[in-house]
Amino acid sequence: MAAPSKVYGIIAEFETPAATMHAAEKVRDSGFRKWDVFTPFPVHGMDAAMGLKNSKVGWFSFLGGVSGYTGGMLMIWWMNAVDYPIVIGGKPMFSPYGAFPPCYELTILLGSFGALLGMLFLNRLPRLHHPLLKHRRFALATHDRFFIVIETSDPKYSENETRKLLQAVGSQRIELVEE
Amino acid sequence: MSDAVAPFEMPPQTGRKQELVVKAPPKALEREPLVTHQRSIGWLSDAIAGVAEGKTPKWWWMAFVPSVTLMTTCFTMILYLMSIGVGVWGPGHPVMWGWAIVNFVWWIGIGHAGTLISAILFLLRQRWRTSINRAAEAMTIFAVMCAGIFPLIHVGRIWFGWWLFPIPNMEGIWPQFRSPLMWDVFAVSTYFTVSVLFWYMGLIPDLAVMRDRSKTFIRKFAYGLFSLGWTGSNRHWSNYEKAYLILAGLSTPLVLSVHSIVSMDFSVSQLPGWHTTIFPPYFVAGAVFSGFGMVLTLLVPLRRLLRLEDIITVRHVELMCKVTLATGSIVGYAYAMEFFIAWYSGNPYERYAFINRATGHYWWAYWTMISCNVLVPQFFWFKKVRTNMIFVFVLSILVNIGMWFERFVIVVISLHREFLPSNWSYFRPTWVDILTYLGTFGLFFTFFLLFLRFVPIIAIAEVKGVTPQADPHHPLGGAKEGGHH
Repeated sequence: MAAPSKVYGIIAEFETPAATMHAAEKVRDSGFRKWDVFTPFPVHGMDAAMGLKNSKVGWFSFLGGVSGYTGGMLMIWWMNAVDYPIVIGGKPMFSPYGAFPPCYELTILLGSFGALLGMLFLNRLPRLHHPLLKHRRFALATHDRFFIVIETSDPKYSENETRKLLQAVGSQRIELVEE
Repeated sequence: MSDAVAPFEMPPQTGRKQELVVKAPPKALEREPLVTHQRSIGWLSDAIAGVAEGKTPKWWWMAFVPSVTLMTTCFTMILYLMSIGVGVWGPGHPVMWGWAIVNFVWWIGIGHAGTLISAILFLLRQRWRTSINRAAEAMTIFAVMCAGIFPLIHVGRIWFGWWLFPIPNMEGIWPQFRSPLMWDVFAVSTYFTVSVLFWYMGLIPDLAVMRDRSKTFIRKFAYGLFSLGWTGSNRHWSNYEKAYLILAGLSTPLVLSVHSIVSMDFSVSQLPGWHTTIFPPYFVAGAVFSGFGMVLTLLVPLRRLLRLEDIITVRHVELMCKVTLATGSIVGYAYAMEFFIAWYSGNPYERYAFINRATGHYWWAYWTMISCNVLVPQFFWFKKVRTNMIFVFVLSILVNIGMWFERFVIVVISLHREFLPSNWSYFRPTWVDILTYLGTFGLFFTFFLLFLRFVPIIAIAEVKGVTPQADPHHPLGGAKEGGHH
């Protein structure tokens, strides 16, 4: 490692999604852990190429939905049957049927918050700064280029070997990214 | 929806023709590409993000100034209403619900197309939706804002509007949830919130595109802040796509429930003309119908003005026309079925309510509704009409006129004949009613124009994803013989 405290990682640029995906498979098979692929749009099949497991966002959404429904039912029961019972049109003070529509909406409301906030939490977003965002070619990652970044903190990282690997998988442009 | 077939030409593959693993599909299966002229991925960024960059065009100002003026009119009318009272509006015994509720149902119905496009068409894997979902979702949010104004101001004492929500107050009383009006409060506020969440989540990668293209510090800062530090990492995309799928899955039952619950405001009551079980599905179909009308009204001129014809293609317009035709026909069926049941039920009040709609003093409203909602969409059977942009634009406006009259027919005609003839009346709107309604157009268009100017109006990352260049298994995406892809 040339300058271990200053270098964030090594970045390799690719031009097509297929080339990126093949390269990602090779990097995955080489046993790297702290690395990532950056694409302007989600590339289908890339999760498998990187060896990623199914996303856990669903659990956050599920928790949100369950608390929305039960919270809604408890709220309506407490408000209309306990704290302020008043007879309306001879209807029961509390009925799960009458309470269902607002609880249905609350399930969806909190489930949606769960999905969005869960996604942000798992991605460790928002963040105001990232070493890659300072890199001059990296702005193309939202335009039409594809990048593979291997971090120096990966135990298998070694500047020469990793650069050779990225060259072997077909990248024409490989650079170091500073912290 | 498969007649929009045009030959898809493979690009010349000089010297590599033998290497192709993925062959062009047989002629019969070919479809017109979603992005025409084989535009590159980079071109898509430039074309879409370019709309919100550079000098503000003249036509934008020409639309923006009248919109702001109308919006100001709306707020002035609301202030006038607040200072005098609801007596400045037309409603009075027995028509206690007037234009406020008509406008509320109309605007919220318009919103439904946005969610249908963003959620239901996503679950159905209709990839053409990516070109139009962003603008349609923005339309949803602004339409729901316009809709939300009316129930709030029609309560009379607007400063007590917060009593609608279960917030502790010094009287120690709570809202009672046995009323569909309370269900409506939850449905509409959830709908608005979830639409904003869904829209914003879709925007995050595109705001990052805007950030990375920004030249000035302020733009870089603002887009950087709202894109939350998005880098396009595949680990992030993986969670993002899952969250997007879940939001689509949650929005689908949501959008179906919202207009169902709105319809229960009417159908849970016992008034002839309102008390029918057909209302929830019939309202949802009508909502989607009017929403697609509004999407067409907005996008048909915009694709031309913003030079986005390669992304919002004629095929997209045709497909939207077909949805309009389908939902319009469902609405037509519901009108016929309502009439049939009014007769078949043998209930004299119900029968009278419907005969009065068609032949009473408000016959003109009823027949405007029938001609705009049942007859107008039938033109969309013809490909010549669907591909003629001027025709589509005019018909799409007629659709929304018709849908406004539908709500007018349901609200006003049902109310103006009470059970006792001594309670009969004839409702007329006042100038305040009319100016408030027109004013909401100002609100809608002000927000929509600001959206055009500052936010990518097409989901850039999603459109890139549906091009062949984005498919790692397609020759244009770099697939070659040798690998297993």
